[in-house]
Amino acid sequence: MTYTRRETLVLGASSIAMLAVAPAAFAATTDEEIAAFTGGAAAGEGGIEIGAPEIAENGNVVPVEVTAPGAEEIMLLATGNPSPTVCKVKFGPAAGSQRVSTRIRLAKTQDVLAMARMGDGSFVQATRTVKVTIGGCGG
Amino acid sequence: MISRRDFLQATVAASAIWGGSGVGAWAQIAARQQLTQDQLLEFDTFGNVTLIHVTDIHGQLKPIWFREPEINLGVGEVRGLPPHVTGQDFLKLYNIEPGSPEAYALSYNDFDALARTYGKMGGLDRVATVIKAIRAARPDALLLDGGDTWHGSYTVLKTGAQDMVDAMNLLETDAMTSHWEFTLGIDRVTEIVDNLPFPFLGANIFDAEWDEPAYEPYKMFERGGVQVAVIGQAFPYLPIANPRWMFPNLSFGVREERMAEVVQEVRDAGADVVVVLSHNGFDVDRKLASRVPGIDVILTGHTHDALPEPVQVGNTMLIASGSNGKFVSRVDLDVRDGEMKGIRHKLIPIFSDVIAPDAEMTALIDGHRAPYESEMREVIGRTGSTLYRRGNFNGTWDDLICNALIEEREADIALSPGFRWGPSLISDTDITREDIYNATSMSYPNAYRSEMTGEQLKVILEDVADNLFNPDPYYQQGGDMVRVGGMGYRIDVTKPQGERLSEMTVLKTGEAVDPSKTYVVAGWASVNEGTEGPPIWDVVENWVRGQGTVNIDPNESVDVIGG
Repeated sequence: MTYTRRETLVLGASSIAMLAVAPAAFAATTDEEIAAFTGGAAAGEGGIEIGAPEIAENGNVVPVEVTAPGAEEIMLLATGNPSPTVCKVKFGPAAGSQRVSTRIRLAKTQDVLAMARMGDGSFVQATRTVKVTIGGCGG
Repeated sequence: MISRRDFLQATVAASAIWGGSGVGAWAQIAARQQLTQDQLLEFDTFGNVTLIHVTDIHGQLKPIWFREPEINLGVGEVRGLPPHVTGQDFLKLYNIEPGSPEAYALSYNDFDALARTYGKMGGLDRVATVIKAIRAARPDALLLDGGDTWHGSYTVLKTGAQDMVDAMNLLETDAMTSHWEFTLGIDRVTEIVDNLPFPFLGANIFDAEWDEPAYEPYKMFERGGVQVAVIGQAFPYLPIANPRWMFPNLSFGVREERMAEVVQEVRDAGADVVVVLSHNGFDVDRKLASRVPGIDVILTGHTHDALPEPVQVGNTMLIASGSNGKFVSRVDLDVRDGEMKGIRHKLIPIFSDVIAPDAEMTALIDGHRAPYESEMREVIGRTGSTLYRRGNFNGTWDDLICNALIEEREADIALSPGFRWGPSLISDTDITREDIYNATSMSYPNAYRSEMTGEQLKVILEDVADNLFNPDPYYQQGGDMVRVGGMGYRIDVTKPQGERLSEMTVLKTGEAVDPSKTYVVAGWASVNEGTEGPPIWDVVENWVRGQGTVNIDPNESVDVIGG
């Protein structure tokens, strides 16, 4: 099936809602999440892109889009949040595109990290710094 | 119009022929003679397309004084590059004679004395004369407004910017982009835009909910037998630097990928030349030009830089046209075979005593001012010091505002935003109500009084410093450092966020700022909805009235490292 962009957006948002109920005490660290996702394999660069604003307009709802053509699964982490896990999205063989778009809450300026498991079992990753600022003094 | 003053020859002009002499030396003519309107407008019409660029007028319909910055630091790769060159270094770089009209127009040196010699600059009726003269030579010249037009004066505040809208309509503007316009509130912006006879462009303005384009991204013009695409780029950080609640459904951002898409779209649609009408700020545009191919000219704005020559980045020419109506840029292009073959540019300084006002525009301006003239002209006090705003860390206008906030609001420490708008006053002149509004007019003026710990103050200052000195231009918001009254600090601009500030000191006691201690802080222009307090212009007016004559001591409370 083919997801429209808006359906994907809703899908992504519901993933956050699910994960958000996990108590913080059980939150895995970024390193643990990566290790669990890759099984310890090294991740390459390229073939995965994160779209996000340089500076968040509202840290509570930051739009983030990850595109990884050919991915079977994409994991998105907010590395500076108390609970870094945002979502993991799996793509079936009939998926029209391998893209996930959602809005996430960022506690502070941090790197958003995306990883993808590709069809051949390899992994790729990308990071993007999103600044969360007080603002108010631009001239 | 013949000068009433003894002017020197001014050639604020650059003749840059692509593939010919390159970006040429500036101001070669040193002959001393009377400055005339004809000299200011002298231009050997070139190619087949003319762009006229005005930007960041900030509501200034009448001639003003405007002192350029003494300190305008660049960080990272742009350290020491224009526009981060000031004063004597600037004059040397562009081969300008100290004390000349162009030195007065473009640098801070001897500002007060030169202002008395050469007079005020700008005035939209003088700008109208210049635009008409350019159109006489090139009837289909495009007039492009970079935004920050519907903001910044007493009459803008009272008329909801109708004065500026009417003036720009009379100039027959062809397109504009925006920043402070949105602080009128989305309803007023929509009301104006719905009736605007020209496009209000913003390729990077999106609906916040669905992330879909909210305004026209570009306009294609047929000029001189070729297709000219003008892409608008609004200020990327409006919801962060200004109150988001005033335009809650809009999202902005640099959106580099979007710009690349739109450039491709206009090329596919047959554009022979691509012009970006930008409110990004100069360093953001410089980076954009280096990363997005296919842009021929970027008409820059927001950071209020005035440069007498284009800055070339790859195949893109960046034009910087100053602020407050002080300059008009004329850019002639030779466009053939689907590409820009050459460019000729002149930054025209609007010496208000040399350029004749356009009668029709004068009448329009005076008509809008008439109901408020007596209120605006009321003398509140005098200044013994030059009052100016530009500079990365402080300006005497902001020192005045901070002094007023501390005394009128009984505060330990005052914060005043690092705005770059607001004309200057020369020493030993009256301060009128209009002058105070020129430095403070806005739609969220409340002067708050609150308590902050030393730690909170440090966090705020570090945050603002990173908006200014982050080495990646895409993270810069283009204002200056928040001005601080009652407190001194040391700043190392080369350090990362959190490590730039040190030695924060309470000036009146000489004690170090205690991170855990609470201080009474007064400020204005908070982006938070529901901020309480009197409007800043009332605070300033009361204080100036009490002072009689204002004198501002030299500000030595900021110790800068790494500049």
